[in-house]
Amino acid sequence: MSGHHNPSGRHHDHDHGHHQLSFLRKYVFSVDHKVIGVQYAVTALVFLFFGFSLMMLMRWQLAYPGKSLPLLGGLFPPDGVMKPEMYNSLGAMHGTIMIFLGVVPLLVGGFGNYVLPLQIGAPDMSFPKLNMMSYWAYFVGGVVMLSSFFVPGGAANSGWTSYAPLSVIAGKGQTVWLLGMVFLITSSLLGSVNFITTIVQLRAKGLTMFRLPFFVWAQFVTAFLLLLAFPPLEAAAVLQLMDRLAGTSFYMPEGLVVSGVPQAYTGGGNPLLYQHLFWFLAHPEVYVLILPGMGIVAEVIANNTRKPLWGYRAMVYSSIFLGFMSFIVWAHHMFITGMGTKISAFFAATTMIISIPSVIILTAMIISLYRGSIRFNVPMLFALAFLPMFAIGGLTGLPLGLPASDIQLHDTYYVIGHFHYVVAPGTIFAIFAGIYFWYPKVTGKRLNEALGKIHFWLSLIFMNVVFMPMFFQGLAGVSRRLYDQTVYAHGEAVQTLTRMSSWGAWMLGVAQLPFILNFVMSLVASRKTAENPWQATTLEWAAPTPPPHGNFLVPPVVHRGPYEYSVPGMKRDFFPQHLVVEG
Amino acid sequence: MIGAALWAGTAVAPRAALAQAAAPKMEGVKIDGEYGPFLPTDVSRDGHRIDGLIDLLHYFMIALFVGWGIFFVYCLAKFRQRPGRKADYEMVKAKPSKYAEIVVAIFEAVLLLGFSIPIWASVKTPDPDPNPVKVRVIAEQFAWNFHYPGKDGKFGKTAPKFINTATNPAGVDPSDPVGNDDVVSGELHLPVNKSAMCEITSKDVIHSFFIPVMRVKQDAVPGMRIPVWFHPVKTGTYEVACAQLCGNNHYSMRALLFLQTESDYNAWLEKKSAPAETFDEG
Repeated sequence: MSGHHNPSGRHHDHDHGHHQLSFLRKYVFSVDHKVIGVQYAVTALVFLFFGFSLMMLMRWQLAYPGKSLPLLGGLFPPDGVMKPEMYNSLGAMHGTIMIFLGVVPLLVGGFGNYVLPLQIGAPDMSFPKLNMMSYWAYFVGGVVMLSSFFVPGGAANSGWTSYAPLSVIAGKGQTVWLLGMVFLITSSLLGSVNFITTIVQLRAKGLTMFRLPFFVWAQFVTAFLLLLAFPPLEAAAVLQLMDRLAGTSFYMPEGLVVSGVPQAYTGGGNPLLYQHLFWFLAHPEVYVLILPGMGIVAEVIANNTRKPLWGYRAMVYSSIFLGFMSFIVWAHHMFITGMGTKISAFFAATTMIISIPSVIILTAMIISLYRGSIRFNVPMLFALAFLPMFAIGGLTGLPLGLPASDIQLHDTYYVIGHFHYVVAPGTIFAIFAGIYFWYPKVTGKRLNEALGKIHFWLSLIFMNVVFMPMFFQGLAGVSRRLYDQTVYAHGEAVQTLTRMSSWGAWMLGVAQLPFILNFVMSLVASRKTAENPWQATTLEWAAPTPPPHGNFLVPPVVHRGPYEYSVPGMKRDFFPQHLVVEG
Repeated sequence: MIGAALWAGTAVAPRAALAQAAAPKMEGVKIDGEYGPFLPTDVSRDGHRIDGLIDLLHYFMIALFVGWGIFFVYCLAKFRQRPGRKADYEMVKAKPSKYAEIVVAIFEAVLLLGFSIPIWASVKTPDPDPNPVKVRVIAEQFAWNFHYPGKDGKFGKTAPKFINTATNPAGVDPSDPVGNDDVVSGELHLPVNKSAMCEITSKDVIHSFFIPVMRVKQDAVPGMRIPVWFHPVKTGTYEVACAQLCGNNHYSMRALLFLQTESDYNAWLEKKSAPAETFDEG
């Protein structure tokens, strides 16, 4: 695009899209937030499925330890049996891919980029070129991460957490992992600056902060979390890189003896420093994973209960509070490192406090159902399922957040069950709700409802088959990241549960086929949808469907709050934000 | 036996070869206790407090979930879209939700102040037992070493430079007479009805010292020596697990825990501290 793009000049700039752009500039190196959003979303969906596939492979070794893999045995020469180092690589890459290449880019880069400027009535993001750059930094980071599978010694295998010293003495894959992370962090930082500026600067006339859809608020808080939490991780990654490559010992104490061989590190470093830096990011990251998901669910619930969200302001204040608090809970991941009573009491207290705003948000969304007129379409089904699934994830955080009960449960499958309930049937259901909800906006086509319902019910059932057994494995004392839990008596005793989880995971994989089919087929097969198929109130539906470059034909002016549904005395049951009188 | 096989492997085999080592299965040694989909057997004096808290938490969680769930399902059934019914624009004044939130907050405060902090404080305060069994626990990829001070009750000097994975895994200084009667074993033997005072450390990476039946878990961090204590009450053979990813064979980093009567324990220690036999496979 010929260097000219001036979002602030939205009052005169109605000639967007009239330029002749080359294919490359329009669909590949585009600066249009919608194209970038779609690029992010599609890339992240592919990564999400890839990361899930790694786990489906690992589930074979867990269910049938030491047995050679059927059909895909060729992946693990010579005998088709996955080796422990491969298991650890797949585990580390599963976590890394799902979080940093899948869920976050999808929520923030995908949904945030596409929906947010539309919802605030802006023609684009504040910094379109920065936006493009953040996508390409993400893309390169992803390619670097994937390439690490081909490095001698394989991909990083020290867990997605990459704790030192294990990660420092690990093979070359870890260096590639760190470099990949630097790209991904850069991408997130560029994105977060752009989101904050856009929300502050480019809101349509009349769109005050408390008229913003909750989704925008969620993205706003998320952007601050990314902006403030990622730099410490970047520092942590660079220090680790130096320990690996430059012979420093930021994380390395003196006197290390690995496999009987004394190590050359000068010492003076502390392995726990890495954990503090890592979790200083990674705990806010948890809220990065959940807040935009809550935002999507709030939109879908308001739309499909046909009434305003209950406690909108309380939800906004709660998410801001959540954002602040998320910076002072990190060490609850580290109770077992040898923490004393006072420090652990502090972090346990902040952890209990941070549960309150989550409870408020969840409660507000459930109360929003009361006296609504609930439509059970596919986006709503996913949004509704999010609520109890996230509740399970949140509640099971309690025994982990209290240091005393954490002693037994720390680093067991209980933890895996807990955070997967938050992120998988939690956030990923929110993502599906968002995809089914905004697909018509993006493509002008609607996804097939029948296929969607099959997808929903199978996913709901199998998500629980996968993750529910993990709580019992955890109580039994089975540690996470074990290549073969049957080595232990308590592991052998619950091996049936492990198998159940594995079968659940494979069936969950099969359950995604209707979705993939639907996603592709609807694009070509289905009829063009109405301009506002869900009869929604927020501004993204005030733009043409799909929106042209520059988004709005006329800059919208906002007259009311985001969820004016079923306003008494009106003929229609929704009153869009931009209309002066009932249309 | 298991420990020795691993140490032998560690001493001679390069890392890549180690990864191929066969998994040490449980053959031959019967592990006592009941294991299943809930908390395992508890053979400690104090573990019931942790179990009690875990139980209480789960009752609380289930109560909250069922409470929310009933309201949720009620709303879905009652307020589904039907012809001729409009959603209610007016916000309900939901006092009960405020009460629910306050109850949750109070309950969490009680759990924290009334249970978690006192339990944690007692875990972190050394047991008043004036004469506990002292053991240094030294973790390495992928084995546990248990260093006992021997009859004199004093640990010999140790240094990394003396470490030999096959003959001197704890790195006891051979020139220090205090260390002559020290015992280093790949098995953890402890007498029951006596507190065990362990100091946890690691030679290489972070491990985590986990005894499921004792409700004990403590990371082993290289460069740090972290105390942890517990009080076994029932004899039997149990397991020590590694709970922190520590490398390829993390899953096999398992040691046996023998809880013995005081006389059996003393006999074992006696046998082990005989000269020229300070270290063998246990």
